[in-house]
Amino acid sequence: MTETSEGYTTADGRQIGGVLMEMKNITLRFGGVTAIKDISFDIREGEIRAIIGPNGAGKSSMLNVISGFYHPQEGEVWFHGSKRPAMKPYQVAQQGIARTFQNIALFEGMSVLNNVMTGRLTHMTTNMAQQAMWWGKAEREEVENREIVEKIIDFLEIQHIRKTPVSRLPYGLKKRVELARALAAEPKLLLLDEPMAGMNVEEKEDMSRFILDVNDEFGTTIALIEHDMGVVMDLSDRVVVMDYGKKIGDGTPDEVRNNQDVIDAYLGVAHD
Amino acid sequence: MFYREAGDFSTTYQADAQTFPIKYERWGYYAILAVAFGVVPFFINDYWANAVMIPFLIYAIAALGLNILTGYCGQVSLGTGGFMAVGAYAVYKLMTSFPEVNIAFHVLGAGLVTAGVGVLFGLPSLRIKGFYLAVATLAAQFFLVWLFNKVPWFYNYSASGQITAPERTVFGVVVTGPNTDAAAKYLFCLVFVFLCAWLARNLTRGSFGRKWMAIRDMDIAAEIIGVYPLAAKLSAFAVSSFFIGVSGALFFSVYLGAVEVTEAFGIQKSFLVLFMIIIGGLGSIFGSFAGAAFLVLMPVLLKNILVGQLGWPTDLATHFEFMIVGALIVTFLILEPHGLAQLWRVTKEKLRLWPFPH
Repeated sequence: MTETSEGYTTADGRQIGGVLMEMKNITLRFGGVTAIKDISFDIREGEIRAIIGPNGAGKSSMLNVISGFYHPQEGEVWFHGSKRPAMKPYQVAQQGIARTFQNIALFEGMSVLNNVMTGRLTHMTTNMAQQAMWWGKAEREEVENREIVEKIIDFLEIQHIRKTPVSRLPYGLKKRVELARALAAEPKLLLLDEPMAGMNVEEKEDMSRFILDVNDEFGTTIALIEHDMGVVMDLSDRVVVMDYGKKIGDGTPDEVRNNQDVIDAYLGVAHD
Repeated sequence: MFYREAGDFSTTYQADAQTFPIKYERWGYYAILAVAFGVVPFFINDYWANAVMIPFLIYAIAALGLNILTGYCGQVSLGTGGFMAVGAYAVYKLMTSFPEVNIAFHVLGAGLVTAGVGVLFGLPSLRIKGFYLAVATLAAQFFLVWLFNKVPWFYNYSASGQITAPERTVFGVVVTGPNTDAAAKYLFCLVFVFLCAWLARNLTRGSFGRKWMAIRDMDIAAEIIGVYPLAAKLSAFAVSSFFIGVSGALFFSVYLGAVEVTEAFGIQKSFLVLFMIIIGGLGSIFGSFAGAAFLVLMPVLLKNILVGQLGWPTDLATHFEFMIVGALIVTFLILEPHGLAQLWRVTKEKLRLWPFPH
């Protein structure tokens, strides 16, 4: 694999584009604790980028930096070729970055359909007066967005639970609905925080299929955190490995697998 | 048996997003509208108007307003009484300052003024949540009542400190003041109820409703999908206060006619409306009506039974009335914490399967 500024071709022959998001020397501290120490990596257009590492390595903190929950003390976040100022999470969402959470963050009081429709909120612009009249543009906009949402509901095979309140769904389906909500925003970058945590093998297979399909059909760039090594190695094009807030490896799954630092971090190393 | 959704398919997304997707419900709704507008006005008398219908309609608007804020957006408010007072005093000042303008515009204007005040007192909601916000809105309640007592400009320097509604007409029919016909009062309020319910339904089924519910269910997740919390919360405060202001304006101008602020818009009013939406069902338009009906009708019904039928002395009956209504509220909340609206939903689900539930 040869990386250029224009991109590279993956092992399975997919063409990966230029840099979509670049983290430059990110350092994040909570008081005396340094959660992330001077980490740099990039995410390229159209690729599936995994962030892995043992517990407490700072993976979720990294995702929270990208989605605007945390603001790093040092370092820069570049998105679409320009430096991103310190942003609130809702501004990040409006830029086209969507995410899912490790422990599901759905709106329990709403139906599946309404949950997925909330993903379209950044695309809905009618003002309150038009909404209140439910007339002309407001209704048109609702129908247009509903069509897009229905495509995603179709795609993720959750048609049958469309009108079910989310609180009644089992865990695996909730994870899928959360993915649907993130997809509904038609994001440029999709962040998945442990999309397969707590799933059985079949559910993991389903989820992996959906992630690959999303990347394939919509061309969505995906950054994911996952603990299941088999899944990570199969899905991702490039992997960042973190340990104790530091980057210890970066490259294709094969490169990472053979990296001595990575092996040490996962299997432990004899201290003398 | 009769309540069926079979054969009732939504073939367009418009049809699926309408308020009553099931045909029977739609007909029922039209029938209720037809009776409310076409039949009731011919039979209503002063007793029914003043004891039952007008308070029910006015409280329904207030409950709709509070339900948008508390039920849909999840921001607990105890300032309803204060906001109703804003509506009442705003309509009074507008009526006396611009007597040539139609009172319908005054009522809407009072709603807009209250919306502004509501946004102002909604600002703390950006930093505080839950019980703490409830206490902050309590401050609004006490401050507003104090303000209307203290500043004579609000009651036009009248000696009694009261405000009294002058006589105003709509299309030549008197709707405020002592010479008002029961049917005119009723119809005037009904139009506003219809308007408010329609606006509330439209707002809650579209993107604004989803923003509010997202904030209510999980504010962090709402922010991550692009909801600007400031705009979402303040818009809920604005819409909610608009409705509450309209209800306060009607409460003063059409229903009571003369108002002393501490008495009419005290803290007990805030609690009353809060009870209405809790009993009726949080986050439901129907629940707002059901809750208002329950808390307005129940005391009247009890009084009729205890005094009218059983012949108890009035004071004894009044005390028993409090106890029975209180006990009913407690029973209700234990049996169905999600209110009358949920009870209605469950009934409908059962009716769909009746008489073969398996």
